[in-house]
Amino acid sequence: MLNIIGHKKIFLSISAVFVIAAVAAIVGFGFRQGIDFAGGTLWQFSIASNTPSAAALQDFFKSNLDASDAIVTYDAGSGSFMARLPSISEPVHQKLANLLKTSYPSFEEAGFQSIGPSVGNELRKNAIIAMILVIIGISLYVAFAFRKVFQPVSSWAYGFITLLTLFHDVAIPAGLLALLGHYAKIEIDSNFMVALLVVMGFSVHDTIVVFDRIRENLLLDRGRTAFAELVNKSVNQTMARSINTSFTLILVLLALYFTGPASLHYFVLTLLVGVTTGIYSSIFVASPLLVIWQGRKGK
Amino acid sequence: MRKHPVFVLFLIVLVAVTAAFFVYPKNFGANVMPWRLGLDLIGGSHLVYNVDLSQVAAADRDSVLNGLRDVIEKRVNLFGVSEPQVYLAQSAGGSDLVVELAGIKDVSQAIQLIGETPLLDFRETDPTASSTQFIPTNLTGRYITGAQLTFDPQTQAPQVSISFNSDGANIFEQMTAKNVGKPLAIYLDNQLIEAPIVQEKISGGQAVISGKFTVDEAKTLVERFNAGALPAPITLISQQTVSPTLGADSLNKGIVAGIIGTLLVMAFMIFYYRMFGVFAALALLIYIFLTLGVFKVIPITLSLAGLAGFILTIGMAVDANILIFERIKEELKKGLSRTTAIEEGFRRAWPSIRDSNTSTIITAIILYYFTSSFVRGFALTLLIGVLVSLFSAITTTRLLLRVLVKDKNPEIKKFGN
Repeated sequence: MLNIIGHKKIFLSISAVFVIAAVAAIVGFGFRQGIDFAGGTLWQFSIASNTPSAAALQDFFKSNLDASDAIVTYDAGSGSFMARLPSISEPVHQKLANLLKTSYPSFEEAGFQSIGPSVGNELRKNAIIAMILVIIGISLYVAFAFRKVFQPVSSWAYGFITLLTLFHDVAIPAGLLALLGHYAKIEIDSNFMVALLVVMGFSVHDTIVVFDRIRENLLLDRGRTAFAELVNKSVNQTMARSINTSFTLILVLLALYFTGPASLHYFVLTLLVGVTTGIYSSIFVASPLLVIWQGRKGK
Repeated sequence: MRKHPVFVLFLIVLVAVTAAFFVYPKNFGANVMPWRLGLDLIGGSHLVYNVDLSQVAAADRDSVLNGLRDVIEKRVNLFGVSEPQVYLAQSAGGSDLVVELAGIKDVSQAIQLIGETPLLDFRETDPTASSTQFIPTNLTGRYITGAQLTFDPQTQAPQVSISFNSDGANIFEQMTAKNVGKPLAIYLDNQLIEAPIVQEKISGGQAVISGKFTVDEAKTLVERFNAGALPAPITLISQQTVSPTLGADSLNKGIVAGIIGTLLVMAFMIFYYRMFGVFAALALLIYIFLTLGVFKVIPITLSLAGLAGFILTIGMAVDANILIFERIKEELKKGLSRTTAIEEGFRRAWPSIRDSNTSTIITAIILYYFTSSFVRGFALTLLIGVLVSLFSAITTTRLLLRVLVKDKNPEIKKFGN
């Protein structure tokens, strides 16, 4: 049996370092907002022969659009360019497409997405509303799931720690995206918000499995064993299922990450990081926090 | 179920096998209720137009919007795209009109035909202004019932004759009566075409636009008027176009990832839980066919996000099995017989399974009701997936274990560790 509660300080410190780094990245760098939040254009195309460099195309867009923030990247895997431009109208789109076709006859458009700033605001607003509602919904559910009082820790402590774990699991992937936004110009979009919401669902899922077991053991044990010991036993009993339930999801996510469509790349990455963090937190964060909570109360 | 497990299991397997043929996109499955795929998987265009209703009285707005939708629908039908979708949506910026064209070849031409619409209106002189200034009237293209190409009897110049409906004819009559001796301006797409002086009151609802058209210009204009003039101006505010090649590529990659993910999960379950894992793997296959069958029957338009949501549920569907198997292991350690351990395991794992899936269900429902179409596809497949997986884990796996695991052979304790 692993002595998780005994080493709780080490495990919690690791978490603290990551969460502080993540929050610092979010506060310090902020997020780069994708076109569905801020408005703008994403243009995917390929130039099969006489392929120019991404930098050359970037200069082309900068000079033709008078937009200093045009970014062009090349994806060798699919052999296509992705241009991130300000919001442009259909005539401008056509003009640019014709210019490109003249310079590079093998130019072929794969996808074009242009969203006006007002639509972006609306989508961002909806995403934030959905996020708040999910947090409220999950909080209410957690309060409901742990409504039965069982000693020695009051039921709302379980709920509070579940939500703290949820914050932990969401902060780390969000921090990663803030970091990627700063250093690799990766943007967040509605998919990112969805990924965070799904991570929330899973985080609660895992924490509930462990807490359910603690609750059950408390009822069976009737105060014979010390609380810390009982929690440690419960975590060990449920460790395999905590890891396995998330691991099957990670297997699917890895398949999506490496063989799935490129447009889902960062959606899947956010989920991968969030779900992995969730495994760690359900074993090494949630239960130690419960023991610390109980210890404080005892003093 | 308890009394006839073999029969019920047989029934589920039969339904799953039928579903497998039904969802396979060839032969039988291709002919019966074919798959509906989203624009991001078959290629196509999703266009969002904002409708400017500032010139329309509040009471008329609904009828104008519906008229607008009908007109655009008629135009869009000219492109020969299968099942074009035209629908109204509300947004913070007012009313939006969404046009979805699946598998369209030339999107820019379509946008031109939808967007560069003849927005016709008549304007009269402003009596309060000192110089000649035109102010909009409520006589617009929405009252037009038809148009035809005619030629000026004197100059032989091409012109466009338009007919108004009875409401339009009345307005036109009153307006011409009021403006005798004054110019009445005809604007097309906010451009002044001509401003003839009204000679007398015009009844009967006929008007002639005799701008300096070429025959071709006049012909196009007539076609567009006959498809219906737009009752309110629209602006393209968002566009998403995916080429059929990129769509097919996304679809293929999504399917490949789904298959690899399924195989990985099945391999893991068999490796870790041995015999019980084989049952979970079988139940997972049944889950996949049943869920895809449900998607097709509803029917759900499967977008890339929806496909991603479904693939995630493949990783989640076995979660309930894992919880149950871990419980069964514990019960076996307590010394219960295998059949009793299985029943106990299912019974005691249920609260955890229910509790842990509830949060995902809450998330999916909120996402479905509070977000836009792209996220919605994800939320819907996630929700259906979780619900079917609950059924599959509780019913299918349980039946498989009940039918196939017996107490007789205690040596086969191949149950991982």
